[in-house]
Amino acid sequence: MKTRTTRALRCSAVLLAAQVALAACGSSDGSGSAGQAGSPSFTGRGPITYVAGKDSTGSVQAAIDRWNERHPKEKVTFVQLPTDADSQRQQMIQNAETKSDAYTVLSLDVVWTSEFAAHQWVDRLPDKQFPLRKMLTPVVETARYRGGLYAAPSSSDGGLLYYRSDLLKKAGIGGPPATWSEMKADCAKVKKLPEAKDMSCYAGQFQKYEGLTVNFSEAVNSADGVVTDARGNPDVDTPEARKGLDFLVDSFKDGTIPKEAITYQEEDGRQAFQAGKLVFLRNWPYMYSLAQKSKVAGKFAVAPLPGLTGPGSSSLGGHNLALSSFAKNKATALDFIKFFTDEDSAARNLKDASLAPPYANLYDDTALTRQYPYLPVLKQSILRAVPRPRVVQYGDVSSVIERQAYAALTGAKSSAQALKDLQGDLQKTATQ
Amino acid sequence: MVDTETPPGTAADEPRGAFGGRSRRPAAAAVRRRRGPGRPSAGSGRMAALLVSPTLLVLTVVVLYPTIMALRESLYGAKGLDPKTGFIRTTEPFVGLRNYADIFGEASERFWNAFWNTTFFTVVTVGLETVIGVAMALVMHRAFRGRALVRASILVPWAVPTAISALLWRWIFHSDGIANALIGHQVLWTTEGFHAKVAVIIAEVWKTAPFIGLLVLAGLQVIPKEVYEAARIDGAGPLGQFWRITLPLVKPALLVAVLFRCLDALRMFDLPYILVGAQKTSVETLSMLAQDQASNVRFGPAAAYAVILFLYVFLIALGFVRLLGADVTGDGGAARGNRSGRRRRAVGYGAEVTA
Repeated sequence: MKTRTTRALRCSAVLLAAQVALAACGSSDGSGSAGQAGSPSFTGRGPITYVAGKDSTGSVQAAIDRWNERHPKEKVTFVQLPTDADSQRQQMIQNAETKSDAYTVLSLDVVWTSEFAAHQWVDRLPDKQFPLRKMLTPVVETARYRGGLYAAPSSSDGGLLYYRSDLLKKAGIGGPPATWSEMKADCAKVKKLPEAKDMSCYAGQFQKYEGLTVNFSEAVNSADGVVTDARGNPDVDTPEARKGLDFLVDSFKDGTIPKEAITYQEEDGRQAFQAGKLVFLRNWPYMYSLAQKSKVAGKFAVAPLPGLTGPGSSSLGGHNLALSSFAKNKATALDFIKFFTDEDSAARNLKDASLAPPYANLYDDTALTRQYPYLPVLKQSILRAVPRPRVVQYGDVSSVIERQAYAALTGAKSSAQALKDLQGDLQKTATQ
Repeated sequence: MVDTETPPGTAADEPRGAFGGRSRRPAAAAVRRRRGPGRPSAGSGRMAALLVSPTLLVLTVVVLYPTIMALRESLYGAKGLDPKTGFIRTTEPFVGLRNYADIFGEASERFWNAFWNTTFFTVVTVGLETVIGVAMALVMHRAFRGRALVRASILVPWAVPTAISALLWRWIFHSDGIANALIGHQVLWTTEGFHAKVAVIIAEVWKTAPFIGLLVLAGLQVIPKEVYEAARIDGAGPLGQFWRITLPLVKPALLVAVLFRCLDALRMFDLPYILVGAQKTSVETLSMLAQDQASNVRFGPAAAYAVILFLYVFLIALGFVRLLGADVTGDGGAARGNRSGRRRRAVGYGAEVTA
């Protein structure tokens, strides 16, 4: 009997080892705090690494090659992480938890700034050494935590309303809608056309994942509500927020949003739009060049997101460059961050990888707007954008928003109840 | 992996003599074992300890150490935010059993939901897999033209990594996917609801039934033909043969397969996570809860979930070994003289007599 017991133990133990090991990884006693508040010194020169998600266009490697040519003694090695944002964040956190110096410069999604800054995984950067005044203010704000600059804006992103310009024109509509009710009215007109009979009106990203947090926040902000107020406290149980959520809930009920859109992430919506199933779609700028190669090429255009009484506001996306607290050769790293986020690099990134730049004047550049006709629209979208809830525990905040918004969209809860519960959940998360 | 004493394809064609030999072998082993413990001197005991020590050392490093670390970690809380500086504190506070208290208190709704999901998935998927797996094994065991092709194709799903198969099934269960085209009705499989559970169960059974099929096939191949011949002469129909001969003789292999599947299914993570998505109440399993905590940099609570899951899996494994006498190590149940072993020998003798 005894041997059997130990065998069973061993069996289950082996099977669980991976999980347990995962948990055990985090057991750092945290002796010796790194990088106290104030200005850390940036010393040391030599080889460093740049850590970012997969470089699908090759533009990152090109920029690093340019740097390496000029700085043969301070070479930068590119560490590529997986495409999906969650695994990038996890690997960066693992690196920080083990206080490894393997990662030097980190390309952070804008919503991670607070978390990485609060954990002191990244150093505070000197404001004065970056041309922040030339950048769009909402973009710079994404790189700050409690007033301090913890990253340098490298690229930005804002939501756009893609619409079928050919159908709108045919239905005799002058321009894109600026409000939700205009959008619904336009859609009704378009659907009277024989070729648009089976089309659905609008979609965004409503699957239960971080994209729903973005779409929910946009709806709330576009109705003049807020998720968190200026001081970061939740204030979502308001009539304004309810009008925003009601727009989504009612649209699902009356069929403005097709019911399968509850499963849509960015790519599902893009495919539906490209297949001619949607008149309007909320998506990021990356879709523009892809849609131009599809069936709807030349038949669509972009506009700022609509709102309740006027143009709505977008969530802000994009990436910022931060410096790992545990890295070596920080002087080189600071120079590299400056190089990688300067105007010249931003212009190249826009040209080669269609990454929206943080610099205001690039949006008005005639050569660039000829290549990317959506730039003026995107600039408006970013300038009106509201940052996503800037909180340390963004993952927790996002998951409670997803849970309540999803319950409201699927009709499991009334929107009033969902917002009331959300307010309670957000307050609980804040005090944790 | 398990029970590979007999290479596939050889035993089934073995002549009579081999069969007789086999039925005697376990009994002889049992006799040797029974006499065994009296013999070794202090010297050979030390020698044995020395020889086993490398294995024990490896086990300590890869099993014992992480388990103890996880237990310890589960007594620490998440690092708090210092409201004055705005920074997260650098040390994890010792909270004793509070993580466990929270799981069964504040977060109990979510925990029990995940617990029942995990249990439900395990019972349903392993049940279906056993039936389908045995059927597959019976088909693969038959001699017919194209048997090699059938065997290979049945094993393909098992060869596909779970994450990849989850992606495949996500396309199948897409709102415009094949599944909906086939049933001619739009079901949004990846939304909350019972259909999400169904989607996970279908994908899981598709993937792992071949595993049971493979192990049962290995078990089938060591059943001698003579037993069936004898049964036929005695007038047993195909169903009778299956219930009285095939099933009892294949039971040791089947039990091991089912045990392995149970332990695997209890830790189910990647399939629901990728196929349906994180944070979905209808398919959230215990592993997903632990991952959720760990990904939000709360390693203490994550370790607490992992420990609870560990205990649950351990108890199930223990119950399996105790109650059903699953022969995990493949050295023959008879060697340890348990009930199923005796029954198996009895069947063996019975068959020999009738033959």
